[in-house]
Amino acid sequence: MALPRMPAPIRLRELIRTIRTARTQAEEREMIQKECAAIRSSFREEDNTYRCRNVAKLLYMHMLGYPAHFGQLECLKLIASQKFTDKRIGYLGAMLLLDERQDVHLLMTNCIKNDLNHSTQYVQGLALCTLGCMGSSEMCRDLAGEVEKLLKTSNSYLRKKAALCAVHVIRKVPELMEMFLPATKNLLSEKNHGVLHTSVVLLTEMCERSPDMLAHFRKNEKLVPQLVRILKNLIMSGYSPEHDVSGISDPFLQVRILRLLRILGKGDDDSSEAMNDILAQVATNTETSKNVGNAILYETVLTIMDIKSESGLRVLAINILGRFLLNNDKNIRYVALTSLLKTVQTDHNAVQRHRSTIVDCLKDLDVSIKRRAMELSFALVNGNNIRGMMKELLYFLDSCDPEFKADCASGVFLAAEKYAPSKRWHIDTIMRVLTTAGSYVRDDSVPNLIQLITNSVEMHAYTVQRLYKALLDDISQQPLVQVASWCIGEYGDLLVSGQCEEEEPIQVTEDEVLDVLEGLLVSNLSTPVTRGYALTAIMKLSTRFTSVNRIKKVVSIYGSSIDVELQQRAVEYNALFKKYDHMRPALLERMPIMEKTASNGPTEIVQTNGEAEPSVVEAKHPPPVTQPTNQANDLLDLLGGNDVVPVIQTTVPTKPASAGGELLDLLGDLSLSGGPAPAPATSVPSSQPAFLLDGLTSPPLFNDIAAAGIPPMTAYNKNGLKIDFTFERANPNPNIAVITIHASNSTEADMTDFVFQAAVPKTFQLQLLSPSSNVVPTLNQGTVTQVIRVLNPQKQQLRMRIKLTYTHKGSAVQDLAEVNNFPPQSWQ
Amino acid sequence: MMRFMLLFSRQGKLRLQKWFTSMSEREKKKIIRDMTTMVLARQPRSCNFMQWKDLKIVYKRYASLYFCLGVESQENELLALEIIHRYVELLDKYFGNVCELDIIFNFEKAYFILDEFLMGGEIQETSKQIVNRSIEASDMLQETLEEYMSKPAF
Repeated sequence: MALPRMPAPIRLRELIRTIRTARTQAEEREMIQKECAAIRSSFREEDNTYRCRNVAKLLYMHMLGYPAHFGQLECLKLIASQKFTDKRIGYLGAMLLLDERQDVHLLMTNCIKNDLNHSTQYVQGLALCTLGCMGSSEMCRDLAGEVEKLLKTSNSYLRKKAALCAVHVIRKVPELMEMFLPATKNLLSEKNHGVLHTSVVLLTEMCERSPDMLAHFRKNEKLVPQLVRILKNLIMSGYSPEHDVSGISDPFLQVRILRLLRILGKGDDDSSEAMNDILAQVATNTETSKNVGNAILYETVLTIMDIKSESGLRVLAINILGRFLLNNDKNIRYVALTSLLKTVQTDHNAVQRHRSTIVDCLKDLDVSIKRRAMELSFALVNGNNIRGMMKELLYFLDSCDPEFKADCASGVFLAAEKYAPSKRWHIDTIMRVLTTAGSYVRDDSVPNLIQLITNSVEMHAYTVQRLYKALLDDISQQPLVQVASWCIGEYGDLLVSGQCEEEEPIQVTEDEVLDVLEGLLVSNLSTPVTRGYALTAIMKLSTRFTSVNRIKKVVSIYGSSIDVELQQRAVEYNALFKKYDHMRPALLERMPIMEKTASNGPTEIVQTNGEAEPSVVEAKHPPPVTQPTNQANDLLDLLGGNDVVPVIQTTVPTKPASAGGELLDLLGDLSLSGGPAPAPATSVPSSQPAFLLDGLTSPPLFNDIAAAGIPPMTAYNKNGLKIDFTFERANPNPNIAVITIHASNSTEADMTDFVFQAAVPKTFQLQLLSPSSNVVPTLNQGTVTQVIRVLNPQKQQLRMRIKLTYTHKGSAVQDLAEVNNFPPQSWQ
Repeated sequence: MMRFMLLFSRQGKLRLQKWFTSMSEREKKKIIRDMTTMVLARQPRSCNFMQWKDLKIVYKRYASLYFCLGVESQENELLALEIIHRYVELLDKYFGNVCELDIIFNFEKAYFILDEFLMGGEIQETSKQIVNRSIEASDMLQETLEEYMSKPAF
């Protein structure tokens, strides 16, 4: 008795129709699953008749986004089949499902090899296409010989495919380029456009990849005259229905030839000269009413600009671009701006002639065009046109979409710095940007601007007055507020004395100024960073204003602020009022002119009167000099205990001598009573040069322990925060253990404002370098790392107390822990 | 070279995906998501070019379908528009007044036609007639009775 046969699997179009009737995603999924199950059974039955149908259906479902990997082997079977229908679907499936990342990819090689030699050209075509689209390097190596053979066939259908297949082989296995060289000999004498086009592509690929090939084709093969001839024929010949596109003969081939000419002519006088005429001809004769003509013109312009063309031709090219700028078609305008951007460096003057048109494009409605116009406008700014250009760019900044504002503001600052005609103009421009786009200004602009203002000595009064007036209007834009606070702190005396020369001085009292600054401290609009600026500014005014009592009051209030940053500052400033009043004027005196090094603000600003304020501000860009040692005192306050020594942070070793000694005392006294005065930070460089200088000269070592052989450990794991320690021995000092902490967060919310602190017993010394960031991203998407260096000369057992603070889901979290499970190798 | 060509509807449903370099499924899905989001968000009369990472994206809408090409930076964007247009013309000639449904129900044919026009991210044949003739000849080779009788072979 025969077993009942399974019903024939449903047809592809039937399946498509059925799936399209699904009204919900769930319904569709159900149908798909059902069909997949049927297909799987059918595959298991090794049914030859319906394999093709099933794979086709699988490919459809794959396009909808469903997994189809179980069809991979079936594709191989289809490819191996004798039926053309099977092969067609099999190769299609292979191209979609069997790319080089799949294990079974290589199993295709033999089938492809056989099919490359098939008697039917359409089968050969399928094999060439598949190989040329996604053959792996190995497959290409195996089959390169077959491809090379087919490159020499007289069958143009196969020859063109073989040429592109060769391109793919060369891209995957560049060393094989040489073997295709002989076959290229008479490629360009073909009449067939398909072969011509793919041959040009092949020659282009070879010339781009190998300077030797390039030289060979220039000199030995006389490629340029051949290409010029072909291009000329295309332009001059009459209407050819087979290749015509809107009256132009084979624009695809023309563009490809122009591109190859570009490569051949670049940097080569002879080649460039040989193509001058044809380029001029194309540039002047091409019909520009349709996109296709403009595509050719565009390529021609690119070629002219890249080769060593004569100046007349270059001017012609730029003028074409100028005309493009006035074209109604947005695409043409966009392309013109992009090209002009490429040529603005080399042909600056020629592009300048089109400046007004370019600036008009800033007002274009199209976003892509506006962006290009903005980039190009900045590239065109120079000493001569700075005033006019800046007017336009500032107007653009006022009215542009938010996505442009940050880049535009940065561009304005850069241009102003380079070409400002006067200091007053410069300050005014900065003010304009801060007041109109102040919230989009990048964070690193703030220190840059501060430095700029500091160095414009004669403009101090004017600047502080303008910034003060801006603050009265609006305190919501943080960069503006920060710069303004800083200036008021520095130059508040000039403000109240009404000394401004540049404009009508305003009458403002000390109390009014302090009102504004205090207003910043309490406002909800101010970020913690801004509050820090404001408090420090108020403090600085204590040496510039007479109403010291008011300032003392404010400072003492913030000594109990919840914000740890603010609290710390207030405590320090309080101390300045109390015990160290004699030092106050020196510490708070006017900033000297700063030297600008590279383009990074914070680190340089720190090297002045020992005032650490600006470096503490930038929480996001911790410079090598970090928080003062006082942070450790918070740790001590909470830990108590006499046997712990605060963390010694790295400090800049060059401190002015006068303040040096007293600063040491300052830090010493601030440590908890009962604890011995810690080795002062600044004397460490001289007593233990190896330790501190190691930290400054060698970058933190974030390598994993495998190198050092010390196993890692988990130091802390609570509430979703996990801190692992990895170890390494520091060269050259074997007493130093380098520990890298890796903090990760498995909860669903980020942990922000993350601060890691550590304290060790007396016999050790600890150095904490800057953390990689202060945000521990959610769901283990990244780690915060920080390097701790522990000097353990007595080789005692390492113990550590750590304190963690962070903000999680809006609330501040703090925790303390002891770490005792250090592996013996880390301290022995 | 061209890196990929995607066809999708105005609702973001994928109708064709051609990849000219090897990429993981995850990467492909991300690109599809990014492209559909970016293109569908464009204003009606914007220019047809966008910058995405290091690629130029050229897109054009034909009726209910978006054709989206991702090309390398040295490619000619204006010509890329012509490439898209040529492909649409080829489909139109084959199906006779092609519409989205044709491509949905005969997606394999759309691929076959594309594979006669482009290969490895480059143009293979610049003549419309030759491409059409190759497809017709290949179709004739599908030697089943159903195919002969103009019924689907599978």
